[in-house]
Formats: sequence, structure tokens, C-alpha cells
Amino acid sequence: MSEKQKKATAYWRENLKYLVILLSIWFLVSYGAGILFKDALNNIRMGGFKLGFWFAQQGSIYVFVILIFVYVRLMNKLDKKYGYNED
Amino acid sequence: MNDVQIWTYVLVALSFGLYIGIAIWSRAGSTKEFYVAGGGVSPLANGMATAADWMSAASFISMAGIISFAGYDGAVYLMGWTGGYVLLALLLAPYLRKFGKFTVPDFIGERYYSKTARVVAVFCALIVSFTYVAGQMRGVGIVFSRYLEVDINTGVVIGMVIVLFYAVLGGMKGITYTQVAQYCVLIFAFMVPAIFISIQMTGNPIPQLGFGDTLSDGSGTYLLDKLDGLSEELGFAAYTDGSKSTIDVFAITLALMVGTAGLPHVIVRFFTVKRVRDARKSAGLALLFIAILYTTAPAVAVFARTNLIETVSGKEYTNMPEWFSRWEKTGLIAHEDKNGDGKIQYVAAPEVNELTVDRDIMVLANPEIADLPAWVIGLIAAGGLAAALSTAAGLLLVISSSVSHDLIKNVLKPDLSEKGELWAARISAALAVVVAGYFGINPPGFVAAVVALAFGLAAASFFPAIILGIFYKKMNSKGAISGMVVGLCLMLFYMLKFKFGIFDGGKEAVSDLQESWWFGVSPEGFGTIAMLVNFIVAIAVNQFTAEPPEEVQEIVENIRVPSGTGDAVGH
Repeated sequence: MSEKQKKATAYWRENLKYLVILLSIWFLVSYGAGILFKDALNNIRMGGFKLGFWFAQQGSIYVFVILIFVYVRLMNKLDKKYGYNED
Repeated sequence: MNDVQIWTYVLVALSFGLYIGIAIWSRAGSTKEFYVAGGGVSPLANGMATAADWMSAASFISMAGIISFAGYDGAVYLMGWTGGYVLLALLLAPYLRKFGKFTVPDFIGERYYSKTARVVAVFCALIVSFTYVAGQMRGVGIVFSRYLEVDINTGVVIGMVIVLFYAVLGGMKGITYTQVAQYCVLIFAFMVPAIFISIQMTGNPIPQLGFGDTLSDGSGTYLLDKLDGLSEELGFAAYTDGSKSTIDVFAITLALMVGTAGLPHVIVRFFTVKRVRDARKSAGLALLFIAILYTTAPAVAVFARTNLIETVSGKEYTNMPEWFSRWEKTGLIAHEDKNGDGKIQYVAAPEVNELTVDRDIMVLANPEIADLPAWVIGLIAAGGLAAALSTAAGLLLVISSSVSHDLIKNVLKPDLSEKGELWAARISAALAVVVAGYFGINPPGFVAAVVALAFGLAAASFFPAIILGIFYKKMNSKGAISGMVVGLCLMLFYMLKFKFGIFDGGKEAVSDLQESWWFGVSPEGFGTIAMLVNFIVAIAVNQFTAEPPEEVQEIVENIRVPSGTGDAVGH
């Protein structure tokens, strides 16, 4: 395997690691907190919101937005680390 | 003419003038400008354009209403239509941008080195886009007829002329910059009444917080507790509980998310930015802009539902406010005094219930119900039109590029010149507008059902093929094609059987068939299962057939790293 290929493989591995972590959070807030564990979370209240309901109709959406921006930051750093940045 | 109508005319005319001005300023001169706006759109502009492209008449007019009747269950749309952007940003957009072609069938055709794959993809793209666009043209007609009292068909024709003008003239370039303007119009139009009503009901100017706040009447009761109480009193499920089964909520949410990520008119927007990092960033911005509306909609739903129940339930029919009779004329709200006591019984039990409410009224009549000034009502019309037109234009572009680029240029007539292809693109866009307008004027009775089908189809066909194409280097064409075809057919079969009752004697049979849903999953959620089947079939067939050629595996390695993105180029 050439040096170039090794670099590309290492980059891809780190990328996949980020994807697994971020997508796990994506799954936990929406399918976990908003759907599967909704009833249990509804026993906890945050002001007028039952927590499960809040995650399903508000919280998960906020987390989605944050996840993408975290991904953008992580990947920009990773691109720099491997010299794949384009600026 | 009353105040409301004057305001509506003024605001609609101003916004249309703006779109036409932009269209003239941003004419497309090459196929690259026509298909992907020249590939130099900034992430911010692309984020706004994607948001406007994505948020259709259904998001603007119908979604808050659907949620206000579904309560918790409405979360399937809220999460389903936003969570897909996480998949898009992390799994698709950067790699497709690096790949650097014009259309989704381009990717499928090249990655799977096969004309068959390309044609299957074109077929899926056309079905998905046409069903979707018919609904948008209808939405344009409805907004015109309700606010400006012109005939629905005249409304559709006016909408057609406007879209024709900027889609045919400007292609993706014209569409992108009008969509930026349309996003601003629609988000302003959605937020203003929501903020007014939030202040009225809870004293909190931020609707997202307001619907979890206490009522402003000084009782100290939380708004949501009050609505739960009211709902149960009338025999409905508690608002925050919902009534769908957990597995179905799960399946529908996943089908909508994956379907979103697989919709060609959304994916193609990420071909318009300059670099891979811009594709990632603009996916984030797009979701941020979408989230502003999607986190406000559930608040509007709660406000509108509480307002409605308090205004009508158990009250004398003759004491109803003015808006009630005005919307009664449109047939969106109706009262039938079954027990003859002169009061309106609004309850869950169908034999006693006397009030029927169309869900669209929750957004359309909301400003009137809350007694807001005339200009706010006019704003809703301009916003609804912006939402419908921006989505229609994005879809028309997918249709025109599928025909001119994927079918004519790449399959039928490869020697077509650049100029000829641009003309072919313009003509197919114009034809697509006419066909869409025809469906807008003569809507097939199943439009609403078919839009759900569009998501299922995108989930069952495109999504697995693209994901495997990027993340599984050894995926070959036979596997991908069999996966797409099996997924697509399974989805079609399930829809025809359980949504249309084709095999069991038609529409009437549909409600009895609920018992026999596979795994208890509704047709709306079946895209999830069809997608899984697609993955399994694709991988299984792949095991027994030849590896993809070396140069294709190199393409895959190449799209995985961001640097050296060429401009989006043809062949």
C-alpha cells in the first residue's frame, strides 16, 4: 500500500469513528428519548413540558442542528490534519 | 374589497415582482448554470435555498394543523422531516459533492457502471418528483382561491406562468436565488402570527418556549396541562400522549428521515456549492433554517387547538365570531346541529360530534381566530405561495435534468451539443410545468396518499443504493439494481394493497386491512421495511456476482477524501 493510500485509509477510519458516535447520539435523542423511552421520560417535567414529549417535538430537532455543526467542525479539523483542506 | 384583500394583493404582487426581478438578473447561460447554478453558490445562500426547496405548501399550510389534531403523534413529521438532514450531511452530501456530477441518476449510473441502473434511477426520480409537484401546484391554486377569491384553476395557471418564467429562464441559478428570497418571505410570514399569538396566550414572545409556559390569565396553569385536560374531557386522547403504536411511530419516523435524505430535489442542491466543506456546512445551515419553522409549528399547533376548543366547544352557534361563518363558506369548517340544542358539541365520538374542521384552517385562519391585523393575514397568503412555488421549482428542475441530461444526453443522443442540451433542458422544464399544472387543475384523488408514497419510494430505492455506493467499495451493479428494483416493487405492492385496497375490493376495504399490516407497520412507515429489504437483497446478490471493476473502486476511494474537488462537470 502506498503512502498516499495509507493516509487515505487512516482518514477514512477516523471519519467512520465520528460517524458512529454522532449517529448514535442522533438515534438516542430521536428514537430513544422521543419514541422508545418517551413514557418513562414523561414522568420528568421541565416547566410545562413532559420531557419525552419535549424531546419528540423540540429537543431532538435542536440536537440534530448541533450534531451537524459539530460534524462540520470535526471534519474541518480532520481535513487539516491530513492535508485534505481546500483553502 | 376589504382591508385583508387589499393587503393580500399588495403583498403577493410585491413578492412576485421580486421573484421575477431575480429571475431576469440570474439567467442561465450554460448547462452547468442551468443544472447546478455554476457550482459556485455560497453555503449560506444554498442553506436558505435548500430550506425553501424543502419546505413545501404542506410544511407551511398543513403541518401545524396535522400536529394539532394528532398531538404527540405529530412528532413523526417533526423528527422525520428534520432528522433526515443529519443523514444527508453525514452520509451523503459531502461525497456526492466530491463526486461532482449534475444529478442523482448521474451518480447511480456512473458508480454502478450501468445504463440500466441510470434508467432505473431516472424512473424513480420522475415518479417521486411528479407526484410531489402536483401537490404543490394544487397548493398554489388553493391559496389564490381562498385569499383572492379567484377560481382555483386560474390560481394554478398564474402559478404556472410564474414558475415557468424563472425555472425555464434561470434554471438552477434562477431557482436558487429566488428560493433565497422565498425563504425570507415564508419564514417571516410563519413567525409573525406565531409570535403574536404566543404573547397573547402566555405572555412569552418566543413560541418555542411559550407553549411550555403558564397561561397569561394569571391562573398559573401550564398551557399543555390545560390542553391535555380539555382533550380528555371531550373524549380525545391526551394531547401529549398520542394514539399510534410505538412500532408504527418508529417506522414512520425512520421512513420519512431516510426518504428525505433520498429525495433527488434535496440531494441535487448540494451539487451547487464550491467545495466539500461547503456541502457539509450548507447542510447544517439548511437544517438550522428549517428548524426555525419546525420548532415553531408544534407551538402553533397547541395555540390553535386550545383557541379552537375554547372558542367553539359547547357555545351557542349564533354567538360564533365572524371568522367562523367566513370559513364555513369555504367548507373548511362545518357545523351540523345533531341534537338541535343550538350549541356546538365538539367531541371525539363521531355519532355525537357536530363539528368538522379541516386541518389546514389551523394555519390559514389562525390570525383571524386570534384577531390579528389585516396585514398579517395577507402575509400568510404570500408565505404559502412562496413555500409552494419554491418547492415546485426545485422539483421541476429535477424532472427537466433527468430528461435532458440523463435520458437524452446520456442514453439516447450522446452527441448532443452543449447548446442543444440547454435547449432540451429548457423545453423539458416547460413541458414539466404544463404537466404539473394539468395535475394541479385535475388532481388525481390520491395526491395526498401519493406524496407519502414518494417518501417510501425514495427510502426504498435511492437511499440504500447511494449509501452502499459510498460506504461499500465492493458493491457491484447487479446487487444495487436488484436491491432498488425489489425495494421499489415491494413498496409499491404494500401501498397498493394497504393504502388503496387494490387486491381486496378497493378503498372501502382499507380500514379492515389494518389488522393484517405486516409487523403492525402502516403504509406510511413501510418505507423503512422496504429499505431494509433493499439493503439485504443488494448485499446478498453482491456476494454471488463479480466484483466491480478496478476503476470504479478507485472512484469510490476518490470520493471519500475531500481535496481536489473538480468543478461539477459533464462527460
